[in-house]
Amino acid sequence: MKFSSEHFLDNAHEALANETLQENMALLGAFLPAVRDNAIDQLGQFKELRSYVKSVRDHTLDNLDHYLRQYEEQVVLNGGHVHWARDGAELNEIVLEICQQHQARKVAKGKSMITEETGLTEHLEKAGLQVTETDLGEYIIQIAEQPPGHIVGPALHMSVDEIRELFFEHHDLGPRELPDPPAMVQEARKILRQRFLEADIGIIGANALIAEDGRSLLVTNEGNGDLVSTLPKVQIVCTSIDRVLPRPEDSSALLRLLVRTAVGSVTTEYVSYYSGPRRPDDVDGPEEFHVVLLDNRRSDILGSNYQDMLACMRCGACLNHCPIYISTGGQAYGSVYPGPMGSILTPLLNGLETANDLPNACTACGRCAEVCPAEIPLPDLLRDLRAEELEQKLSPASWRWGMKIHGLLARMPWLYQLLTGIAIKVMYWLGRRRGYLSSLLVPNGWTQVRDFPTPQNGTFMSQWKKGRR
Amino acid sequence: MSEPIQPFVGLFVTCLADLMRPSVAFSTIKLLEQAGCDVEVPLQQTCCGQPAYNTGDFDTTRPMAKQLIERFADYPYVVAPSGSCVGMIKHHYPRLFKEMPEWHSRAIDLAERTWEITSFLVDVLDYRPEQLAQASTARTFTYHDSCAGLRELNIKQQPRQLLQQVSGIEITEMQATDVCCGFGGTFCAKMPEISEKMVSNKLDNALASGADVLLGGDLGCLLNISGYASRAGKTIEIRHITEVLAGELGEPGIGEGQS
Repeated sequence: MKFSSEHFLDNAHEALANETLQENMALLGAFLPAVRDNAIDQLGQFKELRSYVKSVRDHTLDNLDHYLRQYEEQVVLNGGHVHWARDGAELNEIVLEICQQHQARKVAKGKSMITEETGLTEHLEKAGLQVTETDLGEYIIQIAEQPPGHIVGPALHMSVDEIRELFFEHHDLGPRELPDPPAMVQEARKILRQRFLEADIGIIGANALIAEDGRSLLVTNEGNGDLVSTLPKVQIVCTSIDRVLPRPEDSSALLRLLVRTAVGSVTTEYVSYYSGPRRPDDVDGPEEFHVVLLDNRRSDILGSNYQDMLACMRCGACLNHCPIYISTGGQAYGSVYPGPMGSILTPLLNGLETANDLPNACTACGRCAEVCPAEIPLPDLLRDLRAEELEQKLSPASWRWGMKIHGLLARMPWLYQLLTGIAIKVMYWLGRRRGYLSSLLVPNGWTQVRDFPTPQNGTFMSQWKKGRR
Repeated sequence: MSEPIQPFVGLFVTCLADLMRPSVAFSTIKLLEQAGCDVEVPLQQTCCGQPAYNTGDFDTTRPMAKQLIERFADYPYVVAPSGSCVGMIKHHYPRLFKEMPEWHSRAIDLAERTWEITSFLVDVLDYRPEQLAQASTARTFTYHDSCAGLRELNIKQQPRQLLQQVSGIEITEMQATDVCCGFGGTFCAKMPEISEKMVSNKLDNALASGADVLLGGDLGCLLNISGYASRAGKTIEIRHITEVLAGELGEPGIGEGQS
């Protein structure tokens, strides 16, 4: 499997043939929607809360310059540093420079999609740093040398057996048994604990940034975010410009939706607000605090038809509910952002020309939009991307012309009815005995995997015009 | 509910019923007439434009939408035997014309008059026949909730209620009945392998319910499931709900040969 969106269809082919992956994905596809639905049912007033949060997000995005400036001022007042990164390469350079200023050798990371997007770990490793992912899922895919399969649970696509084998292979701990997941968690915990203590630099992401007081919010279930933030001397928050919210209470409203839709629980085990470097009377905390704010084309999305996408809170509900994501798994998308949200974000961030299959990986079934806590009209945005695909002539010419010819014919009802009348008669006579046709003479996606049911004897219009009632 | 005047209905046949399964259109007319409607079929109708629309070809879709808006301008009610075509008219036509004020208001006017057949019978007419048409209690029926009907039009209990009140049929629910069958218009031809995975899940769930008949409200889904069933060598009778409600079971099920 090649981690590139250009290879989506080949990757999907491979993923569909991978029995272990299919078993794991089928379990996820049943379990994750069920726990989400249960949590949302218990919450009640989902639609009201969601439209309230949406109104806050819309307001923030419409005044993003104001809130970003306010956030920056507050971080500086709290004693922190703010860096602006136009793209992934800039973010990686900024972080590396901070590491080098401190002669750092070891970095501990919390889970961050932004650093996945920029490929930060690879960049730091190339410069000779040891980088450890400390979120258990991220740690697993790091030692497996795999890209994430899901934006919330990066290793969810893997089975317990696969992870056990991985631990035996990578942890030099002699003969032992790892009978169950708790034993494996204990082992990872022992290894990671040492990495927390040794780290010179701690890097985390953010679920929200609060303009009013300059704090950043992070939720985790493992507490690794807090260890990464408080033990090393230098803390770096890597995040993007669309995470900012005006007030602390806005982040609480966001959390009520985010956690329930993401993992089906009322709250996460840890909900942490980070406000900057250690103050004189603090018992712990970093000596230096940095925030790196990534743009990477987000300011182009702002004010475009796709602005709603910037309100995405990265909960993963659209992935869990997408029958295509569940069929192929996340890695097939060849992007750190898979599923419906990824099929919109990836072309917007990386360019449609390398990702134009992704907006087509959708049946417009609407399950994603129904559960999206940010009320993003995902199927509509995917369709709008297909319109751009068409404009840029990235789709096959046969499709483009086929639609034009069909449209032209459909506007000439008499000709349309004459031609379809003949075609349907022919198909009826060819397939009436069996009830279906196995081939339509030209190779096509329909008969590649299924038969073509035989039409009835004559179109409705031809029968109706002859007076059948 | 008895109205002083017969509801005047323009039938939008839909291209799939026109081309693939006229019995669906005839059944729809029969049902509407039984429910006391005066039904007319405008002859100059073809397709609502979904294929082009979902391919992102809005310039090709608009003239098709305008044609349909004009043909159905004079009917107090427009009814179609398909959730996705009605969803197209009700939700996507207004979106298509959002920058053309005159057509936008005409699209909204049509949207307000347009109904999917099971929703029209239940939500508008509150149709409850005095006698059951024919009780088919010997067979086990399951129902596939097509996505557009379910999520764009909130059609869930209407078909089940009608099957019970009109035909005496209790639906045996399958697992994941509200999950997409993998049709998705052009999707099934663009990404056949993923579509195959989805339709095989759907068929497996339908068969696992123990049903011998699978019903649904959208021919696209039903043709997809039927085409896959025959390719996979699995047998289940597949029909559009209107055929059962109208008692029009003379034609073989979808994908079945003439015996």
